[in-house]
Amino acid sequence: MASASTALATPDVDAGIARRRTLDLVFQAVALLVLLAVLAALAALVYSILHDGLGRLSWDFLTSYTSRHASHAGIRPALAGSIFIIVLTAGIALPVGVAAAIYLEEYGTRSRMARLIELNIANLAAVPSIIYGLLGLGLFVRVLGFGGSILAGASTLALLVLPVVILSTREALRTVPMSLREGSYALGATKWQTIWYQVLPVALPGILTGLILALSRAIGETAPLITIGALTYVPFLPDSVWSPFTVLPIQIFNWVSRPQVEFAQNAAAAIIVLLALLLTMNATAIWLRDRFQKRRIS
Amino acid sequence: MRLGSAWLLVAGLGLAGCSKGPESPGGGTPASGAGIVRIDGSSTVFPISEAVAEEFQKVTPNAKVTVRISGTGGGFQKFCRGESDISNASRPIKPTEIEACGKAGIAFSELPVAYDGLVLVVNPKNTWVDHLTLADLKKIWAPEAQGKIMKWSQVRAGWPDRELHLFGAGVDSGTYDYFTEAVNGKEGASRGDFTSSEDDNVLVQGVATDELALGFFGIAYFEQNAAKLKAVPIDDGKDDNGKGPIAATVETVKNATYQPLARPLFIYVAHKSADRPEVKGFVEFYFAQGAALVREVGYVPLTDEGYQLAKAHFDKRVPGTIFGSGGSQVGITIEQLLARERTQ
Repeated sequence: MASASTALATPDVDAGIARRRTLDLVFQAVALLVLLAVLAALAALVYSILHDGLGRLSWDFLTSYTSRHASHAGIRPALAGSIFIIVLTAGIALPVGVAAAIYLEEYGTRSRMARLIELNIANLAAVPSIIYGLLGLGLFVRVLGFGGSILAGASTLALLVLPVVILSTREALRTVPMSLREGSYALGATKWQTIWYQVLPVALPGILTGLILALSRAIGETAPLITIGALTYVPFLPDSVWSPFTVLPIQIFNWVSRPQVEFAQNAAAAIIVLLALLLTMNATAIWLRDRFQKRRIS
Repeated sequence: MRLGSAWLLVAGLGLAGCSKGPESPGGGTPASGAGIVRIDGSSTVFPISEAVAEEFQKVTPNAKVTVRISGTGGGFQKFCRGESDISNASRPIKPTEIEACGKAGIAFSELPVAYDGLVLVVNPKNTWVDHLTLADLKKIWAPEAQGKIMKWSQVRAGWPDRELHLFGAGVDSGTYDYFTEAVNGKEGASRGDFTSSEDDNVLVQGVATDELALGFFGIAYFEQNAAKLKAVPIDDGKDDNGKGPIAATVETVKNATYQPLARPLFIYVAHKSADRPEVKGFVEFYFAQGAALVREVGYVPLTDEGYQLAKAHFDKRVPGTIFGSGGSQVGITIEQLLARERTQ
């Protein structure tokens, strides 16, 4: 049939191609439109926040304690608490997450046990954060006796980000070519030496990117920290992992729900700070990745 | 080498915090509460306790006061586990909560600190509503009204034949508990088809932009947005506490003529904690300076006599609640509250 009517079919084929091209263009336009709509929404949000909060932002705002007078209130304990808790979360989640991923990817790949763990990790990644809060309240705050401390908060957030850290670390380990491992073995390295000196350095940028993106999620979390007993009013800075604490999202939430308009401006200013912190973290992730990639090439 | 240093960098970031390790529990840990006045509970009472804490901090620089928001119920749970010294509450303690405290051996005093008036509001463009009676409110908010009372004309003859849009407190809040008790006679009993939010600013926005709206929230939110809203005077049908419809103002809440939608707010103080000087000092400061601060953050202070009696109540460590049956109670006037305290 195809050979019999090449000439005859040409107009049909052309029409088909033209139709498909139009469809292609339409689809492209729709996709672009959706993208623009999303970006416009984001821009509107950012504009509204900057408009409300930029005027309120000052050094005093960053270094003052909170107050019932909106104009004197600041975010000092909340900012310190957020930074402290995110650093501690990273300190807990990184070694545990990377170790778990190494086990799953390099050692236990085919065992039934590993498959079961894998399935559970994938499921854990989808558990709502409030559930982690309840787990943290039961386990860290009460059973282990951490109280409503930074350590309890960081442990809870570490659990929350662990599935993501493990999954992204495994992805990173998987991108390391098998030939690299084989080369290392051929030179007489043990399995551990191969992992530590060959595989991990290559996978590090991916691991760090995954970690920092996971932490970016954690820094915006409110529900699990309120559940484990983060404070709302705390007139001093955390001085150890046992300190009571508050974090930026809780401070923002509290200000948003106050009747006075001035507190809404404070909330907007605090949101700007939180956004800046988040963007800094994401930028660090990109910087680290680039740095390690360049090193490897050179 | 290069890798080693990179790992150290990353791990060191986080582990620096861990290095103090768990060798130093007790001491300054929040669990022991030594030196820290730990306040927990209602988000409604939070601004008052925050203001008092802020001022207390100024006169006693060594004191550390922390305030946490867990809701009234959540606050009592922690209070009865000994995890807080003072519990903020927007309703009296319930029998089940008293039982929990009793089992844990936590004795406490119940101290009223302020009043909150719940204001019924409509849009300023609403020209037909001049007042509502308690019967009107019940007709509108009763569980049976769900899906039936949908138009203003159904509330009172002569009102326009237009849709009625309801806005109210979220079902987890003490405000909802109190409103349903006051209007429908049973805590938690109400229709479900209304726009509800835990954030009162959402309700303010809703009513301010909807000509057909009717909503309720705390008096502080009304005062801050008075230009965008219209308060509806309420007639409770009883003449002995003021005749006819009465508007919610600081005065009418304070002199107990705005009824039954004015509710007392409390702090509960654990006796064991009250023996610690910083807690005792804080509570005494609360009663000495509270009135002005209460007004400043938008609530209605008790009378001077009220604060003196509450202070005496605390000094004698009078235990338990003055609300025998527990839970929200309606139409508690300052006079009744004080009379009950005197009989203790």
